[in-house]
Amino acid sequence: MAEYGKRERDKPWIMRTYSGHSTAAASNELYRTNLAKGQTGLSVAFDLPTQTGYDADDPLARGEVGKVGVPVSHIGDMRALFDGLPLDQMNTSMTINATAVWLLSLYVAAAEDQGVDPSVLRGTTQNDIIKEYLSRGTHIFPPAASMRLITDLISYTVNDVPKWNPINICSYHLQEAGATPTQELAYALVTAIGVLDAVKATGRVPESEFGNVVGRMSFFVNAGIRFVEELCKMRAFVELWDRVTQERYGVTDPKQRRFRYGVQVNSLGLTEQQPENNMIRIVLEMLAVTLSKDARARAIQLPAWNEALGLPRPWDQQWSLRAQQILAYESDLLEYPDLFKGSEVVEAQTQHLVDSAWAEVQEVLKRGGAVEAVESGYIKQKLVESNAARLRAIENGDQIVVGVNKYVESAPSPLTENLDDAILTVDPEVDANQRAALGRWKEERDNAAVEQALAELQRVANTDENMMAASIAAAHAGVTTGEWANTLRQVWGEYRAPTGVAGATVKASGSGASADVIDRLRARLSELETRMGRRAKLLVGKPGLDGHSNGAEQIAIKARDVGFDVVYEGIRVSPEQIVASALEEGVHLIGLSILSGSHLALVPEVAERLRASGLGDVPLVVGGIIPDADAERLRHEGIAAVYTPKDFELDNIMSDLIDLVDRQHAAE
Amino acid sequence: MPPSDLADDPQAVMSADKAAVSRALNLVEDRRPEAHTRVTELLAKLKDAPKAAGGHRVGLTGPPGVGKSTLTSVLARAVRQRGRTLGVVAVDPSSIRSGGSLLGDRARMSFDPADAGLFVRSLATAGEVGGLAYAANSAMRVLAAAFDMVVVETTGVGQSEIDIVHVADTVVLVIQPGSGDVLQFLKAGIMEIPDILVVNKADHEELAKRAVADLRGALQTAHAAGASSGQDASWETPIIATSATKGSGIDELIDALDGHRQHLEATLAARRRQGEVQWTLDLFSRKHGEHGVSTLGGLARLKARAERDLDGGQTPLSLCEHLSREYVAALGKTP
Ligand code: B12
Ligand SMILES: Nc1nc2c(ncn2[C@@H]2O[C@H](COP(=O)(O)OP(=O)(O)OP(=O)(O)O)[C@@H](O)[C@H]2O)c(=O)[nH]1
Ligand SMILES: [Mg+2]
Repeated sequence: MAEYGKRERDKPWIMRTYSGHSTAAASNELYRTNLAKGQTGLSVAFDLPTQTGYDADDPLARGEVGKVGVPVSHIGDMRALFDGLPLDQMNTSMTINATAVWLLSLYVAAAEDQGVDPSVLRGTTQNDIIKEYLSRGTHIFPPAASMRLITDLISYTVNDVPKWNPINICSYHLQEAGATPTQELAYALVTAIGVLDAVKATGRVPESEFGNVVGRMSFFVNAGIRFVEELCKMRAFVELWDRVTQERYGVTDPKQRRFRYGVQVNSLGLTEQQPENNMIRIVLEMLAVTLSKDARARAIQLPAWNEALGLPRPWDQQWSLRAQQILAYESDLLEYPDLFKGSEVVEAQTQHLVDSAWAEVQEVLKRGGAVEAVESGYIKQKLVESNAARLRAIENGDQIVVGVNKYVESAPSPLTENLDDAILTVDPEVDANQRAALGRWKEERDNAAVEQALAELQRVANTDENMMAASIAAAHAGVTTGEWANTLRQVWGEYRAPTGVAGATVKASGSGASADVIDRLRARLSELETRMGRRAKLLVGKPGLDGHSNGAEQIAIKARDVGFDVVYEGIRVSPEQIVASALEEGVHLIGLSILSGSHLALVPEVAERLRASGLGDVPLVVGGIIPDADAERLRHEGIAAVYTPKDFELDNIMSDLIDLVDRQHAAE
Repeated sequence: MPPSDLADDPQAVMSADKAAVSRALNLVEDRRPEAHTRVTELLAKLKDAPKAAGGHRVGLTGPPGVGKSTLTSVLARAVRQRGRTLGVVAVDPSSIRSGGSLLGDRARMSFDPADAGLFVRSLATAGEVGGLAYAANSAMRVLAAAFDMVVVETTGVGQSEIDIVHVADTVVLVIQPGSGDVLQFLKAGIMEIPDILVVNKADHEELAKRAVADLRGALQTAHAAGASSGQDASWETPIIATSATKGSGIDELIDALDGHRQHLEATLAARRRQGEVQWTLDLFSRKHGEHGVSTLGGLARLKARAERDLDGGQTPLSLCEHLSREYVAALGKTP
């Protein structure tokens, strides 16, 4: 028998912290301290304007600059971001999608400026725009154009930056939008198939080199609290990917068929109540992606204990990094071969997931593949339905969440004694500073060169040439993120993705207490309809660049199910648009959902515009990640109610909303 | 609240003041008895609005997800570019269980919120059979008084979109390539031939050509079997391939719409009146069935009655309710 335990340890996974905020310079400093703490790779969080292709001076960027990530508007910002960090030695993961071609171009250009040959660069561009339509919400262009950008980036790096991971097929975000393990597996696989088929269809990669493309595909996966099942899910991924690459693409080299993946563990299940419990959830979830040597993550980043409160501070992120380090360096995990090989239980559960996921893969392929199933809303609707089932199970106690629907009593927590200081706040000056800096940049650069670079970009966009060369040239010329994206918007147009809510059916609550509550709410709305003459009509609005749609979707379908007429227009609607919709639709109530932290800029703007349009009487409520002090301020400014994740009982929210309409009706 | 007096400002509606239009729409949706007379009055005042007589009422229908809303959105942009104004009514089903609805069409439309010449209102069917919302007919008339063109979007194929024929000058059926069912319905004469047929999602030229050819074949079969378009033998239904996402085929669609509107010029008033009569009868017989119709003297008498009363300023809705009361009263008399 082999002797385990004392043998040489495996090399640990790459440890990252997803970070970036305020400015390139501030984020650079953060990266340096993170590396000093033993982090082994960088993971860049960009702000929403950068992700959705707007410059800081665009009206749509208001309130969002430098908030949830670092703004990178041009090569100057990219240089500052990596100042003193030699790019030939970094392993940099960039969570960037619609503008991935552009950000990689800036990175390559910055490397060239550092005297680094791009061919040695290592890292990852997320570049999975398909899941943006389904969950993450930073898409810009229609699916066909997005697929072209994806494949352009892949065929560029496979040749020119061979160690780069050109795409991270993301199932992480699908679970965050409600996906079950089966759905997570299936939809990630169909996305990968869609991408590989598209690369093949370009005809740019010779048949003999296609294995290289397959070998560079990597995944970004989630792990939830049901960590045994999640562990099996990772093993199922390994098996299914091996099957797809072998059977569909005829890849013979087992190394190129390996399922390579990075992880961020589940954040959707992290709670606002008793937030310290989240650390325990995070550690358990990490086990799912580390315990199996045969299906172990290559890179891990963990959320922080205060996830549901707001942005993490350096200490919060450090605590999570320490969890990784303790598992990797203190424990004996890395001394053993695969722990579960031969386990009947694990193998059976893995097989079950393989089979159910494969069936769903076939279903999507039958519907024409990932892109079709995105455009038709099929996948989105499935996610919305799963998320609704999940929320309902928590609401009626079928799924226990400690500190939320069970064991809710708590001694005062020293961690949250001063809640407002328990999160990172971004200096509001950042916005104006970045705008000013951008103005200077535009003045100082060679504008003729910029014009020329943009003209070339436009020309290429209209052909089927690879976009990378023109983008790298534009990066060197000083083009900005907004200019790059706007040029392409003019060629390809923009896309509003299906919301998945209209067709989403939620299984009737059956019988019992919760069914009674629903019946009572329905009866109240019917009675209110008799008195008002019309059925109560609710507008659910998502102002700003925020892509967090879960809350808005779930409120919308719940409201329909208790009997509201609901207008929901999807994400990224301007305050002006929301007010125009409220006016034209004749709604009785408006609910905004904002999780990106820009509520203090956006909510008052909506309120002000409502007043200006003569709709000042229509009650306005807000939900999302709203710190207590801000909630207080908003209520003071006339917002009728503010909801946060701790308000998990949707029935209660609905009851409040009906009260509001009723009261307003009585007042008129 | 009592229906606000502000709601009945026909002048403001006619000048397309959005707040006034919206309030007028609130009023026509109002089901309380006390609202009815005011609806009737308002609509009577709007009836002869300059826009109403000269305007164009378009019904856009087709199976779920063929791209009606997306198409409406690009159509709106093109219509606006030609200097005309547009009102849209988008109808979605209400949930039978809850009575609520998710009005999702607006999510597919992108437009400039500052544009005073474009107005979109979503309506729920509120349990109406036939798919057209309770108030859609009246809403159509409000918008027709305010905007040059009105588009009503409803979902359905086969029997269910029949309502739209009653409220629209031009019925456009939107399908997508490979819609076998629709072809069969058309061939078998189950479905009335629309005034314009659109094959949307014809994103590739090849696809578009094939789909148009398929449809042309189906129409020929239907014609051979004696079917004609919208009871109008002199109109040949154009078949147009569009891609709402790419924006192709939209000019052709507008030309076809204009062509049909022009074709109708002489008969328009009669067609609209006929539609209202039919809708009244439909509404009534759906509610009270054969027995209702025969109790009030049979179809021919009801029809004559409708023609007369609608001239007198009643709307299909108010007239139907009137007739209902008569029927209920008559029932009371029979043991
Ligand atoms: C799930 C999630 C995601 C998913 C979103 C999927 C989707 N389609 O919604 C994914 C993975 C895509 C994602 C991405 C990002 N996320 Co995120 N995400 C979350 C997370 C974990 C949960 C949010 C959620 O969906 N909860 C479930 C829903 C049902 O709850 P809810 O929206 O809060 O709604 C409840 C109430 O608030 C209220 N409510 C909400 N809206 C409304 C509206 C009305 C009318 C009413 C009445 C009530 C109401 O009722 C609901 C019922 O309880 C939160 C942290 C957390 N645990 O809350 C971070 C969080 C919101 N994300 C955050 C960030 C920064 C991001 C990114 C911007 C990161 C980046 N730099 O790229 C990206 C980009 C997203 C984008 N395009 O904007 C930050 C925001 C920080 C801040 N506010 O300062 C958070 C707080 C995490 C953190 N601590 O850093 N995220
Ligand atoms: N490829 C392609 N997709 C389209 C086209 N038009 C619409 N779509 C897509 O089809 C889906 C449905 O479009 P909608 O406009 O909502 O269709 P609809 O007929 O209004 O749907 P319902 O109102 O739900 O019946 C969306 O994902 C659109 O992006 C088109 O011309 N080509
Ligand atoms: Mg629609």
